[in-house]
Amino acid sequence: MVERPMDERAILRTELRWVIVVAIAVLIIVGSIVISSAAVVLHPPSSVERIDPTTLHVSGEFVEDNLGAVQNRDGSVTVRLVATQFAFVPNCIVVPADRPVTFRITSPDVIHGLLIVGTNVNTMVMPGYVSEVRTTFPRTGEHLMPCHEFCGLGHSEMWSRVRVVEPAAWQPDENGRVSCETPARSPVEEAPEETPQ
Amino acid sequence: MKQRAEPLILAHLWVAFVAFAIASVMGAAQMLSRSPLTAPAEGPEAYFISVTAHGTLMAYVLPTLFVMGFGYFVATTALARPLPGLRAAWLGFWLALVGTLLAALAVVTGRATVLYTFYPPLTGSALYYLGLVLVVVGSWIWIVLMILAMREWKYENPGRPVPLAMFATVANAVMWLWTTAGVAVELLFQVIPAALGWKDTIDVGLSRTLFSWTLHAIVYFWLIPAYIAFYTMLPQAAGGRLYSDTMGRIVFILFLLYSLPVGMHHLFMDPGHGTGFKFLQMMLTSLVTVPTLLTIFTIAASLEIAGRLRGGKGLFGWIAALPWHRPMVLAAGLSFVMLGLGGFGGLVNMGYGMNAMVHNTSWVTAHFHLIFGGSVVIMYFAIAYEIWPKLTGRRAVGTGAMRVQLWTWFIGVLVTTLPWHALGLGGQPRRVATFDFSEPQIAWWAPWILVSTVGGALMLASALLFIWNLVGFHRGPATGERHMTYALAVHPPMHLPRALNGFALWNWLVLFLMVVAYGYPIAQFFFVDGPPALIQRVTEAG
Ligand code: HEM
Ligand SMILES: [Cu+2]
Ligand SMILES: [Cu+2]
Repeated sequence: MVERPMDERAILRTELRWVIVVAIAVLIIVGSIVISSAAVVLHPPSSVERIDPTTLHVSGEFVEDNLGAVQNRDGSVTVRLVATQFAFVPNCIVVPADRPVTFRITSPDVIHGLLIVGTNVNTMVMPGYVSEVRTTFPRTGEHLMPCHEFCGLGHSEMWSRVRVVEPAAWQPDENGRVSCETPARSPVEEAPEETPQ
Repeated sequence: MKQRAEPLILAHLWVAFVAFAIASVMGAAQMLSRSPLTAPAEGPEAYFISVTAHGTLMAYVLPTLFVMGFGYFVATTALARPLPGLRAAWLGFWLALVGTLLAALAVVTGRATVLYTFYPPLTGSALYYLGLVLVVVGSWIWIVLMILAMREWKYENPGRPVPLAMFATVANAVMWLWTTAGVAVELLFQVIPAALGWKDTIDVGLSRTLFSWTLHAIVYFWLIPAYIAFYTMLPQAAGGRLYSDTMGRIVFILFLLYSLPVGMHHLFMDPGHGTGFKFLQMMLTSLVTVPTLLTIFTIAASLEIAGRLRGGKGLFGWIAALPWHRPMVLAAGLSFVMLGLGGFGGLVNMGYGMNAMVHNTSWVTAHFHLIFGGSVVIMYFAIAYEIWPKLTGRRAVGTGAMRVQLWTWFIGVLVTTLPWHALGLGGQPRRVATFDFSEPQIAWWAPWILVSTVGGALMLASALLFIWNLVGFHRGPATGERHMTYALAVHPPMHLPRALNGFALWNWLVLFLMVVAYGYPIAQFFFVDGPPALIQRVTEAG
């Protein structure tokens, strides 16, 4: 009937061969995923930390004065943010290049998302939870930071900025903080100053 | 006693496709809103009402009604016996239709602008959720009828293998029951009480976990009709035979097993779960490639048989010899191309490292328009073209318009989704109504968005042509020919082990996998009582 043998055993044999090919393909896929996740040390935000969304503004680490970028004792930087309908607070942050930066963010109202365009920083922001993401920015420059989960009718306007400056230009004030309002003190040349939208 | 199921089937399919056509118009308008051009209705409110309606119609109404109608068709034709409980089936239809209308009413009046994923604590009118529940309850009736139909047939035909088309349909029905459990619990115990004002707080982590239970398996619910067509209709249309019936059964069983315990890959970027279970479910997710890879082989081998029977020679000559002018064959070919492209993109989503680059960007929208809107929906078209003559007893005047329709859909989908992939990698967030193109960092998006808008217009044109083609059947010459023939296997099975002829064993296995994969992730919310979030009602804000 057809050019290839069509008896049942022949079919079974070719199928078994294909199953082996599939098994190898799946192993390769699994392997590359494991390696890419482990080697690049990309870990999704998985700290499972709870927080009371109704008292964010009165007490704890997310009170308004405590938000923004702050220098830690070991030289690393922590950025605390609150995502609200419909803005990130603060709406612009400055971080140094080449230094470990930890973002800690939560929401008092609904679900939001945080994405720093051009980087791997991406997390959901959920009321009742603190999301923590760690990264290091290799280059200076400005990144957009839109909210990436629908949070209400004003969602499309929820954009903010991350400015990455030379480590030397990142000069904390007496409280260890740096904000977009503090002018960048650059030892070499002035980075072009842009006003946040 | 000939019981007429055709009106029932046509009713389901027409509701599905009318919903599809309306949602396509909305999709095209959304493209305009996101582009530098002007949309018919500008502004975030119009946009998000539209996206809520588009998502709800495309993701819930179209596939559910289509799968139900197609299931009734398979049950009556493949089993060649009347449907048990035609009355109950009509009840299911009316529940689904009324549910759709109630949900649509809530959405268009702006009282449920929560998008089709309705992530609480954002909460809309209870009418929207109750409407969705009615659709699901209607589909539960369908599940029971599918299981009954198979059981009665087995009783009348002891020891004989259930026809593959029906076996696959029941696999999908059983899977759908498991699938809907997650969202049903979320709606009934968390969201609806909140929408009705009985509760003021909600644990967002729990609700997202329950939704993820549904969110991946539902994709396979959408997809399985396409696979049923690949296995049981395509070889017939191509003029060949199915290479292996047993492989088909194994594939559908694998879908049942592996589509469920993997939903947490939608929560990779969530702070509500630790790395351990994310990793476990990521591993299980890579196994869902197995049934698709097996299918590619079996279907290619079946088509090769057809091509060689038609005189095709050489390593690839059989491909050219296939009857590409037949809509089913053409659609399947185009579907495989889109599946290949989309599958590649899927691998990126799957790795949780790479997921960070694309999560909630246009990449995701591109991915599911390519796989679901493209590969799957094009097979819905092909199935409709195949079975409409049997349902109406009339034939179309010609197949030219159908081929044009399939090609425009294919081109439209590619032109829409290829730029979206690029934009997603460039950081374009999804679900945003308008962009400020005066911002220098995103100015380069504009031309890409314009290209994808053209693709959207092509898809819309194709959608409308599809409806036109279906209407054409109803006006075509009567043939009275209603007999449906499914593809025969090269070696039709005579006896099968019970495991390949039913689902009892597999259901136990699903239960086991679900307890392993979801037991702790769900239970954790009951151990630690973390502070819940306050309900935010969209109806009060506006
Ligand atoms: C004429 C054809 C279509 C066009 C022009 C179109 C366009 C769009 C657009 C512009 C969006 C919104 C993207 C965003 O805001 O992020 C969207 C969302 C969506 N589309 Fe389509 N689409 C079409 C067909 C389909 C089909 C056939 C399906 C599935 C069967 C589908 C399913 C969806 C879903 C599930 C969403 C997500 C809604 C959400 O994010 O809440 N679409 N579509
Ligand atoms: Cu938002
Ligand atoms: Cu999924």
